[in-house]
Amino acid sequence: MAKDSVRDVVLSPVFKNNPIALQVLGICSALAVTNSMSVSLVMGLAVIAVTAFSNLFVSLIRSHIPSSIRIIVQMTIIASLVIVVDQVLRAYAYDMSKQLSVFVGLIITNCIVMGRAEAYAMQNGPVMSFLDGVGNGLGYAVILLIVGFVRELLGSGSVFGLTVLPTVQNGGWYVPNGLMLLPPSAFFVIGLFIWVLRWFNPEQVEKTEYRIVANSKAKIKETANV
Amino acid sequence: MASNNSIKKTLIVAFSLCVVCSVVVSSAAVVLKPKQVQNQELDRKSNILQVTELYKPGDNVDEKYAELITPRVVDLKTGKYADNLDPETYDQFEAAKDPATSRTLSGEQDLAGIGRQENYATVYLVGNPDDPEQIVLPIRGQGLWGLMEGFLSVRGDGNTIVGLSYYDQSETPGLGGEVDNPRWKAKWDGKKIYADGGDYQDPQIHLVKGGASGEYQVDALSGASLTSRGVTNMLRFWLSDEGFAPYLARFHHDSQGGA
Repeated sequence: MAKDSVRDVVLSPVFKNNPIALQVLGICSALAVTNSMSVSLVMGLAVIAVTAFSNLFVSLIRSHIPSSIRIIVQMTIIASLVIVVDQVLRAYAYDMSKQLSVFVGLIITNCIVMGRAEAYAMQNGPVMSFLDGVGNGLGYAVILLIVGFVRELLGSGSVFGLTVLPTVQNGGWYVPNGLMLLPPSAFFVIGLFIWVLRWFNPEQVEKTEYRIVANSKAKIKETANV
Repeated sequence: MASNNSIKKTLIVAFSLCVVCSVVVSSAAVVLKPKQVQNQELDRKSNILQVTELYKPGDNVDEKYAELITPRVVDLKTGKYADNLDPETYDQFEAAKDPATSRTLSGEQDLAGIGRQENYATVYLVGNPDDPEQIVLPIRGQGLWGLMEGFLSVRGDGNTIVGLSYYDQSETPGLGGEVDNPRWKAKWDGKKIYADGGDYQDPQIHLVKGGASGEYQVDALSGASLTSRGVTNMLRFWLSDEGFAPYLARFHHDSQGGA
Protein backbone atom coordinates (compact mmCIF):
# COMPACT_ATOMS: atom_id res chain seq x y z
CA MET A 1 0.00 0.00 0.00
CA ALA A 2 2.91 2.34 0.66
CA LYS A 3 3.77 2.38 -3.04
CA ASP A 4 1.52 5.34 -3.87
CA SER A 5 3.62 8.24 -5.08
CA VAL A 6 3.47 11.53 -3.20
CA ARG A 7 2.23 13.25 -6.32
CA ASP A 8 -0.66 10.85 -6.76
CA VAL A 9 -1.67 10.99 -3.13
CA VAL A 10 -1.83 14.78 -3.08
CA LEU A 11 -3.17 15.48 -6.56
CA SER A 12 -5.52 12.66 -7.43
CA PRO A 13 -8.16 13.77 -4.86
CA VAL A 14 -8.22 17.21 -6.44
CA PHE A 15 -9.63 16.26 -9.83
CA LYS A 16 -9.50 12.51 -10.49
CA ASN A 17 -11.00 11.29 -7.26
CA ASN A 18 -12.50 14.43 -5.79
CA PRO A 19 -14.28 13.83 -2.49
CA ILE A 20 -17.13 16.19 -3.37
CA ALA A 21 -17.43 15.72 -7.12
CA LEU A 22 -16.88 11.96 -7.38
CA GLN A 23 -17.62 10.57 -3.94
CA VAL A 24 -20.22 13.28 -3.23
CA LEU A 25 -19.11 13.61 0.39
CA GLY A 26 -19.15 16.74 2.51
CA ILE A 27 -21.87 18.40 0.46
CA CYS A 28 -23.69 19.97 3.42
CA SER A 29 -20.99 22.42 4.40
CA ALA A 30 -20.19 23.08 0.75
CA LEU A 31 -23.72 24.44 0.39
CA ALA A 32 -23.62 26.59 3.50
CA VAL A 33 -20.32 28.45 3.38
CA THR A 34 -19.78 29.15 -0.32
CA ASN A 35 -21.58 32.47 -0.77
CA SER A 36 -18.31 34.35 -0.83
CA MET A 37 -14.76 33.50 -1.87
CA SER A 38 -13.02 34.58 1.31
CA VAL A 39 -15.28 32.49 3.54
CA SER A 40 -14.81 29.49 1.21
CA LEU A 41 -11.04 29.93 1.37
CA VAL A 42 -10.91 29.98 5.17
CA MET A 43 -13.26 27.00 5.39
CA GLY A 44 -11.10 25.13 2.85
CA LEU A 45 -7.95 25.83 4.86
CA ALA A 46 -9.65 24.72 8.07
CA VAL A 47 -10.71 21.43 6.48
CA ILE A 48 -7.24 20.85 5.00
CA ALA A 49 -5.72 21.33 8.45
CA VAL A 50 -8.21 19.01 10.12
CA THR A 51 -8.02 16.18 7.55
CA ALA A 52 -4.22 16.34 7.37
CA PHE A 53 -3.64 16.27 11.12
CA SER A 54 -6.38 13.79 11.94
CA ASN A 55 -4.90 11.45 9.34
CA LEU A 56 -1.44 11.99 10.81
CA PHE A 57 -2.47 11.25 14.39
CA VAL A 58 -4.74 8.33 13.52
CA SER A 59 -1.94 6.84 11.46
CA LEU A 60 0.63 7.33 14.26
CA ILE A 61 -1.39 5.31 16.72
CA ARG A 62 -3.06 2.98 14.21
CA SER A 63 -1.31 -0.15 15.46
CA HIS A 64 -2.55 0.50 19.00
CA ILE A 65 -6.18 1.28 18.26
CA PRO A 66 -8.46 -1.55 19.43
CA SER A 67 -10.81 -2.28 16.55
CA SER A 68 -13.84 -2.26 18.85
CA ILE A 69 -13.45 1.44 19.66
CA ARG A 70 -11.64 2.63 16.54
CA ILE A 71 -14.46 4.89 15.33
CA ILE A 72 -14.66 6.59 18.72
CA VAL A 73 -10.90 7.03 18.79
CA GLN A 74 -10.94 8.64 15.33
CA MET A 75 -13.88 10.81 16.31
CA THR A 76 -12.17 12.02 19.49
CA ILE A 77 -9.04 13.00 17.59
CA ILE A 78 -11.05 14.77 14.88
CA ALA A 79 -13.27 16.58 17.39
CA SER A 80 -10.27 17.80 19.38
CA LEU A 81 -8.60 19.12 16.23
CA VAL A 82 -11.77 20.88 15.13
CA ILE A 83 -12.10 22.63 18.49
CA VAL A 84 -8.48 23.76 18.29
CA VAL A 85 -9.00 25.08 14.75
CA ASP A 86 -12.17 26.87 15.87
CA GLN A 87 -10.37 28.48 18.80
CA VAL A 88 -7.49 29.59 16.58
CA LEU A 89 -9.91 31.14 14.06
CA ARG A 90 -11.69 33.00 16.84
CA ALA A 91 -8.41 34.38 18.06
CA TYR A 92 -6.79 35.29 14.77
CA ALA A 93 -9.59 35.62 12.20
CA TYR A 94 -12.50 36.86 14.27
CA ASP A 95 -14.57 38.29 11.40
CA MET A 96 -14.25 35.06 9.44
CA SER A 97 -15.17 32.91 12.40
CA LYS A 98 -18.29 35.02 12.91
CA GLN A 99 -19.34 34.37 9.32
CA LEU A 100 -18.51 30.68 9.47
CA SER A 101 -20.31 30.43 12.84
CA VAL A 102 -21.28 26.82 13.48
CA PHE A 103 -19.85 25.44 10.28
CA VAL A 104 -16.33 25.22 11.66
CA GLY A 105 -17.68 23.08 14.49
CA LEU A 106 -19.55 20.99 11.94
CA ILE A 107 -16.29 19.94 10.26
CA ILE A 108 -16.47 17.17 12.87
CA THR A 109 -19.38 15.69 10.97
CA ASN A 110 -17.78 16.19 7.57
CA CYS A 111 -17.67 12.73 6.05
CA ILE A 112 -14.43 13.45 4.19
CA VAL A 113 -12.43 13.72 7.41
CA MET A 114 -13.60 10.50 8.97
CA GLY A 115 -13.74 8.73 5.62
CA ARG A 116 -10.03 9.36 5.07
CA ALA A 117 -9.10 8.42 8.62
CA GLU A 118 -10.93 5.11 8.31
CA ALA A 119 -10.07 4.33 4.69
CA TYR A 120 -6.48 5.53 4.43
CA ALA A 121 -4.83 6.47 7.70
CA MET A 122 -5.71 3.17 9.39
CA GLN A 123 -3.61 1.28 6.80
CA ASN A 124 -0.83 3.68 5.85
CA GLY A 125 2.19 5.37 7.37
CA PRO A 126 2.02 8.80 9.01
CA VAL A 127 3.72 10.80 6.23
CA MET A 128 1.59 9.39 3.42
CA SER A 129 -1.52 9.72 5.57
CA PHE A 130 -0.73 13.36 6.25
CA LEU A 131 -0.30 13.99 2.52
CA ASP A 132 -3.49 12.10 1.75
CA GLY A 133 -5.27 14.39 4.21
CA VAL A 134 -3.78 17.46 2.55
CA GLY A 135 -4.83 16.14 -0.87
CA ASN A 136 -8.42 15.42 0.12
CA GLY A 137 -8.67 18.72 1.98
CA LEU A 138 -7.41 20.40 -1.20
CA GLY A 139 -10.00 18.58 -3.26
CA TYR A 140 -12.68 19.96 -0.95
CA ALA A 141 -11.16 23.46 -0.92
CA VAL A 142 -10.92 23.61 -4.72
CA ILE A 143 -14.62 22.83 -5.11
CA LEU A 144 -15.50 25.33 -2.41
CA LEU A 145 -13.51 28.03 -4.18
CA ILE A 146 -15.04 27.25 -7.57
CA VAL A 147 -18.57 27.28 -6.14
CA GLY A 148 -17.72 30.37 -4.08
CA PHE A 149 -16.40 32.14 -7.19
CA VAL A 150 -19.57 31.49 -9.21
CA ARG A 151 -21.89 32.35 -6.35
CA GLU A 152 -20.13 35.52 -5.29
CA LEU A 153 -19.69 36.74 -8.86
CA LEU A 154 -23.31 36.20 -9.87
CA GLY A 155 -24.85 36.87 -6.47
CA SER A 156 -22.97 39.96 -5.33
CA GLY A 157 -21.04 40.98 -8.44
CA SER A 158 -17.71 40.71 -6.69
CA VAL A 159 -14.73 38.37 -6.21
CA PHE A 160 -13.00 38.27 -2.81
CA GLY A 161 -15.12 41.31 -1.90
CA LEU A 162 -13.75 43.37 -4.82
CA THR A 163 -16.45 44.63 -7.17
CA VAL A 164 -16.28 43.11 -10.64
CA LEU A 165 -19.84 43.69 -11.82
CA PRO A 166 -21.20 46.90 -10.23
CA THR A 167 -24.66 46.01 -8.89
CA VAL A 168 -27.86 48.00 -9.23
CA GLN A 169 -28.00 48.50 -5.45
CA ASN A 170 -24.71 50.33 -5.64
CA GLY A 171 -25.61 52.37 -8.69
CA GLY A 172 -24.19 49.99 -11.33
CA TRP A 173 -25.90 48.03 -14.08
CA TYR A 174 -25.74 44.43 -12.87
CA VAL A 175 -28.91 42.95 -11.39
CA PRO A 176 -27.58 40.33 -8.98
CA ASN A 177 -29.03 36.85 -8.98
CA GLY A 178 -30.57 36.48 -5.53
CA LEU A 179 -30.74 32.69 -5.76
CA MET A 180 -26.95 32.56 -5.92
CA LEU A 181 -26.75 33.98 -2.39
CA LEU A 182 -28.93 31.19 -1.02
CA PRO A 183 -27.57 27.71 -0.23
CA PRO A 184 -29.62 25.77 -2.85
CA SER A 185 -27.74 27.46 -5.70
CA ALA A 186 -24.61 25.56 -4.64
CA PHE A 187 -26.45 22.37 -5.63
CA PHE A 188 -26.74 23.60 -9.21
CA VAL A 189 -23.16 24.82 -9.32
CA ILE A 190 -21.77 21.57 -7.91
CA GLY A 191 -23.99 19.60 -10.32
CA LEU A 192 -22.72 21.55 -13.30
CA PHE A 193 -19.15 21.14 -12.09
CA ILE A 194 -19.57 17.36 -11.81
CA TRP A 195 -20.99 17.33 -15.34
CA VAL A 196 -18.00 19.26 -16.73
CA LEU A 197 -15.55 17.07 -14.82
CA ARG A 198 -17.09 13.88 -16.22
CA TRP A 199 -17.11 15.30 -19.70
CA PHE A 200 -13.31 15.51 -19.48
CA ASN A 201 -12.93 12.24 -17.54
CA PRO A 202 -15.61 9.94 -18.99
CA GLU A 203 -14.30 7.05 -16.85
CA GLN A 204 -15.86 8.76 -13.82
CA VAL A 205 -19.34 8.13 -15.16
CA GLU A 206 -20.89 5.25 -13.22
CA LYS A 207 -22.25 2.27 -15.09
CA THR A 208 -26.01 2.33 -15.38
CA GLU A 209 -27.37 0.09 -12.65
CA TYR A 210 -30.72 -0.38 -14.32
CA ARG A 211 -32.51 0.87 -17.36
CA ILE A 212 -35.85 2.63 -17.11
CA VAL A 213 -38.28 0.78 -19.34
CA ALA A 214 -41.41 2.23 -20.83
CA ASN A 215 -44.39 2.02 -18.49
CA SER A 216 -45.99 -1.22 -19.68
CA LYS A 217 -48.98 -1.06 -17.33
CA ALA A 218 -50.07 2.31 -18.67
CA LYS A 219 -49.94 0.89 -22.17
CA ILE A 220 -52.21 -1.99 -21.34
CA LYS A 221 -54.68 0.41 -19.81
CA GLU A 222 -54.53 2.61 -22.85
CA THR A 223 -55.26 -0.21 -25.20
CA ALA A 224 -58.01 -1.49 -22.93
CA ASN A 225 -59.70 1.88 -23.04
CA VAL A 226 -59.57 1.92 -26.79
CA MET B 1 -3.41 -7.91 16.78
CA ALA B 2 -5.65 -9.75 19.17
CA SER B 3 -3.87 -8.15 22.12
CA ASN B 4 -5.16 -4.78 20.94
CA ASN B 5 -8.68 -5.95 21.64
CA SER B 6 -8.18 -7.05 25.21
CA ILE B 7 -10.25 -5.14 27.73
CA LYS B 8 -7.13 -3.83 29.43
CA LYS B 9 -5.62 -2.44 26.24
CA THR B 10 -8.94 -0.93 25.18
CA LEU B 11 -9.29 0.90 28.47
CA ILE B 12 -5.69 2.10 28.42
CA VAL B 13 -5.98 3.44 24.87
CA ALA B 14 -9.33 5.09 25.56
CA PHE B 15 -8.13 6.66 28.79
CA SER B 16 -4.82 7.97 27.49
CA LEU B 17 -6.44 9.33 24.34
CA CYS B 18 -8.97 11.22 26.46
CA VAL B 19 -6.25 12.66 28.68
CA VAL B 20 -4.11 13.79 25.74
CA CYS B 21 -7.04 15.28 23.82
CA SER B 22 -8.47 17.11 26.81
CA VAL B 23 -5.08 18.62 27.62
CA VAL B 24 -4.69 19.78 24.01
CA VAL B 25 -8.20 21.24 23.80
CA SER B 26 -8.16 22.96 27.17
CA SER B 27 -4.70 24.44 26.70
CA ALA B 28 -5.74 25.81 23.29
CA ALA B 29 -8.82 27.35 24.89
CA VAL B 30 -6.89 28.85 27.80
CA VAL B 31 -3.97 30.16 25.77
CA LEU B 32 -6.18 31.78 23.13
CA LYS B 33 -8.80 33.16 25.51
CA PRO B 34 -7.28 36.64 26.08
CA LYS B 35 -6.90 37.14 22.35
CA GLN B 36 -10.53 36.13 21.75
CA VAL B 37 -11.90 38.41 24.45
CA GLN B 38 -9.87 41.23 22.98
CA ASN B 39 -11.36 40.50 19.56
CA GLN B 40 -14.90 40.62 20.90
CA GLU B 41 -14.23 43.94 22.64
CA LEU B 42 -12.70 45.34 19.48
CA ASP B 43 -15.68 44.18 17.45
CA ARG B 44 -18.16 45.82 19.83
CA LYS B 45 -16.19 49.06 19.91
CA SER B 46 -15.84 49.25 16.15
CA ASN B 47 -19.59 48.64 15.74
CA ILE B 48 -20.30 51.59 18.02
CA LEU B 49 -17.77 53.80 16.27
CA GLN B 50 -19.09 52.92 12.84
CA VAL B 51 -22.64 54.06 13.57
CA THR B 52 -21.32 57.47 14.68
CA GLU B 53 -19.71 57.88 11.25
CA LEU B 54 -16.63 59.29 12.94
CA TYR B 55 -14.61 56.18 12.28
CA LYS B 56 -12.52 55.82 9.16
CA PRO B 57 -10.96 52.55 8.03
CA GLY B 58 -7.43 52.36 9.34
CA ASP B 59 -8.15 54.28 12.54
CA ASN B 60 -7.05 52.62 15.73
CA VAL B 61 -10.34 51.40 17.23
CA ASP B 62 -9.16 51.33 20.84
CA GLU B 63 -7.68 54.82 20.77
CA LYS B 64 -10.60 56.35 18.95
CA TYR B 65 -13.09 54.71 21.29
CA ALA B 66 -11.22 55.88 24.39
CA GLU B 67 -11.02 59.39 22.93
CA LEU B 68 -14.68 59.73 21.89
CA ILE B 69 -16.98 57.38 23.74
CA THR B 70 -18.32 57.39 27.30
CA PRO B 71 -20.68 54.54 28.13
CA ARG B 72 -23.46 55.20 30.68
CA VAL B 73 -26.27 53.04 32.00
CA VAL B 74 -29.77 54.50 31.68
CA ASP B 75 -32.90 53.63 33.64
CA LEU B 76 -35.38 53.21 30.80
CA LYS B 77 -38.41 54.05 32.93
CA THR B 78 -37.22 57.42 34.26
CA GLY B 79 -34.67 58.25 31.59
CA LYS B 80 -32.10 59.05 34.28
CA TYR B 81 -28.58 57.69 34.49
CA ALA B 82 -28.20 54.81 36.90
CA ASP B 83 -24.89 55.52 38.57
CA ASN B 84 -25.04 52.42 40.73
CA LEU B 85 -24.38 50.24 37.66
CA ASP B 86 -20.94 50.17 36.09
CA PRO B 87 -21.29 50.47 32.30
CA GLU B 88 -18.09 48.47 31.79
CA THR B 89 -19.47 45.40 33.54
CA TYR B 90 -23.26 45.77 33.12
CA ASP B 91 -24.54 43.47 30.40
CA GLN B 92 -28.02 44.43 29.26
CA PHE B 93 -28.51 41.24 27.26
CA GLU B 94 -27.90 39.15 30.36
CA ALA B 95 -30.17 41.50 32.32
CA ALA B 96 -32.96 41.00 29.77
CA LYS B 97 -32.99 37.26 30.54
CA ASP B 98 -33.21 37.67 34.32
CA PRO B 99 -36.74 38.31 35.65
CA ALA B 100 -35.28 40.41 38.49
CA THR B 101 -33.75 42.95 36.12
CA SER B 102 -36.25 42.90 33.27
CA ARG B 103 -39.97 42.90 32.53
CA THR B 104 -42.22 40.82 30.32
CA LEU B 105 -43.80 42.63 27.41
CA SER B 106 -47.40 41.85 26.64
CA GLY B 107 -48.55 41.32 23.04
CA GLU B 108 -49.53 44.89 22.26
CA GLN B 109 -46.54 46.50 23.90
CA ASP B 110 -44.12 44.16 22.25
CA LEU B 111 -43.82 45.83 18.85
CA ALA B 112 -40.24 44.73 18.41
CA GLY B 113 -41.06 41.09 19.23
CA ILE B 114 -38.36 40.70 21.87
CA GLY B 115 -40.50 39.17 24.65
CA ARG B 116 -38.52 40.58 27.57
CA GLN B 117 -36.99 43.98 28.03
CA GLU B 118 -34.27 44.94 30.48
CA ASN B 119 -34.88 47.78 32.97
CA TYR B 120 -31.54 49.39 32.33
CA ALA B 121 -29.76 49.89 29.02
CA THR B 122 -26.23 50.96 28.16
CA VAL B 123 -25.93 54.04 25.96
CA TYR B 124 -22.73 55.44 24.49
CA LEU B 125 -22.14 59.18 24.56
CA VAL B 126 -19.91 60.74 21.93
CA GLY B 127 -17.87 63.78 22.93
CA ASN B 128 -18.50 65.62 26.19
CA PRO B 129 -20.69 63.31 28.33
CA ASP B 130 -22.59 66.29 29.81
CA ASP B 131 -23.44 67.74 26.43
CA PRO B 132 -22.88 64.91 23.93
CA GLU B 133 -22.51 65.41 20.20
CA GLN B 134 -24.16 62.07 19.58
CA ILE B 135 -25.92 59.40 21.62
CA VAL B 136 -25.61 55.79 20.49
CA LEU B 137 -28.58 53.64 21.52
CA PRO B 138 -28.66 49.84 21.38
CA ILE B 139 -31.79 48.53 19.64
CA ARG B 140 -32.99 45.09 18.68
CA GLY B 141 -36.09 43.42 17.31
CA GLN B 142 -37.46 40.72 15.06
CA GLY B 143 -36.77 40.93 11.36
CA LEU B 144 -38.06 38.33 8.93
CA TRP B 145 -35.86 35.40 9.93
CA GLY B 146 -34.65 36.31 13.37
CA LEU B 147 -33.50 38.88 15.85
CA MET B 148 -31.72 41.90 14.40
CA GLU B 149 -29.35 43.71 16.76
CA GLY B 150 -27.88 47.10 16.09
CA PHE B 151 -27.13 50.63 17.15
CA LEU B 152 -28.97 53.86 16.40
CA SER B 153 -27.01 57.06 16.70
CA VAL B 154 -28.84 60.31 17.48
CA ARG B 155 -27.49 63.86 17.62
CA GLY B 156 -27.24 65.80 20.88
CA ASP B 157 -30.72 67.28 20.38
CA GLY B 158 -32.16 63.81 21.00
CA ASN B 159 -34.14 64.01 17.78
CA THR B 160 -31.93 63.99 14.68
CA ILE B 161 -30.65 60.63 13.46
CA VAL B 162 -27.02 60.17 12.43
CA GLY B 163 -27.09 56.52 11.47
CA LEU B 164 -28.55 53.08 11.97
CA SER B 165 -26.41 50.01 11.71
CA TYR B 166 -26.96 46.32 12.48
CA TYR B 167 -24.10 44.19 13.73
CA ASP B 168 -26.09 41.00 13.88
CA GLN B 169 -28.93 40.01 11.54
CA SER B 170 -29.91 36.98 9.49
CA GLU B 171 -32.11 38.58 6.83
CA THR B 172 -32.27 37.22 3.27
CA PRO B 173 -29.01 38.07 1.50
CA GLY B 174 -29.57 40.57 -1.32
CA LEU B 175 -33.04 41.58 -0.08
CA GLY B 176 -33.46 42.19 3.67
CA GLY B 177 -29.72 41.72 4.03
CA GLU B 178 -29.37 45.08 2.28
CA VAL B 179 -29.80 46.72 5.72
CA ASP B 180 -26.01 46.46 5.68
CA ASN B 181 -25.69 48.33 2.38
CA PRO B 182 -23.84 51.62 2.96
CA ARG B 183 -26.04 53.36 0.40
CA TRP B 184 -29.17 52.51 2.34
CA LYS B 185 -27.57 53.35 5.66
CA ALA B 186 -26.58 56.76 4.32
CA LYS B 187 -30.26 57.63 3.90
CA TRP B 188 -30.76 57.86 7.65
CA ASP B 189 -28.48 60.82 8.20
CA GLY B 190 -30.47 63.95 9.19
CA LYS B 191 -33.85 62.23 9.56
CA LYS B 192 -35.98 63.27 12.55
CA ILE B 193 -37.54 60.95 15.11
CA TYR B 194 -40.22 63.08 16.77
CA ALA B 195 -42.45 65.80 15.38
CA ASP B 196 -41.26 69.30 16.26
CA GLY B 197 -42.35 70.38 19.68
CA GLY B 198 -41.99 66.74 20.50
CA ASP B 199 -44.68 64.27 21.33
CA TYR B 200 -42.37 61.69 22.82
CA GLN B 201 -45.09 59.04 23.03
CA ASP B 202 -45.25 58.84 19.30
CA PRO B 203 -42.09 58.55 17.22
CA GLN B 204 -42.76 59.56 13.62
CA ILE B 205 -39.82 57.94 11.87
CA HIS B 206 -40.75 55.01 9.59
CA LEU B 207 -39.92 53.27 6.35
CA VAL B 208 -42.10 53.79 3.27
CA LYS B 209 -42.33 51.90 0.01
CA GLY B 210 -41.32 53.88 -3.04
CA GLY B 211 -40.24 57.49 -2.74
CA ALA B 212 -39.63 58.55 0.81
CA SER B 213 -40.17 62.25 1.31
CA GLY B 214 -39.74 64.52 4.28
CA GLU B 215 -37.70 64.13 7.37
CA TYR B 216 -39.67 61.32 9.02
CA GLN B 217 -39.49 58.85 6.13
CA VAL B 218 -36.79 56.56 4.84
CA ASP B 219 -37.04 54.34 1.74
CA ALA B 220 -38.00 50.76 2.58
CA LEU B 221 -35.79 47.97 1.30
CA SER B 222 -37.05 46.74 -2.06
CA GLY B 223 -38.26 43.16 -2.00
CA ALA B 224 -38.06 43.02 1.78
CA SER B 225 -41.40 44.20 3.16
CA LEU B 226 -41.16 42.13 6.32
CA THR B 227 -37.62 43.19 7.16
CA SER B 228 -38.65 46.82 6.56
CA ARG B 229 -41.65 46.37 8.82
CA GLY B 230 -39.37 44.86 11.46
CA VAL B 231 -37.06 47.88 11.26
CA THR B 232 -39.96 50.33 11.57
CA ASN B 233 -41.48 48.43 14.49
CA MET B 234 -38.24 48.14 16.37
CA LEU B 235 -37.57 51.88 15.98
CA ARG B 236 -41.12 52.69 17.10
CA PHE B 237 -40.68 50.47 20.13
CA TRP B 238 -37.25 51.62 21.27
CA LEU B 239 -38.00 55.28 20.63
CA SER B 240 -41.39 55.21 22.39
CA ASP B 241 -42.17 55.48 26.09
CA GLU B 242 -41.33 51.79 26.44
CA GLY B 243 -37.81 52.49 25.26
CA PHE B 244 -35.59 55.54 25.17
CA ALA B 245 -38.22 58.32 24.86
CA PRO B 246 -37.99 59.45 28.53
CA TYR B 247 -34.22 59.56 28.18
CA LEU B 248 -34.21 61.41 24.84
CA ALA B 249 -36.83 63.87 26.09
CA ARG B 250 -34.29 65.11 28.62
CA PHE B 251 -32.03 66.29 25.83
CA HIS B 252 -34.90 68.21 24.31
CA HIS B 253 -35.47 70.06 27.58
CA ASP B 254 -31.78 70.51 28.16
CA SER B 255 -31.19 72.12 24.81
CA GLN B 256 -34.24 74.37 25.21
CA GLY B 257 -33.28 75.30 28.75
CA GLY B 258 -29.74 76.09 27.65
CA ALA B 259 -30.93 78.33 24.84
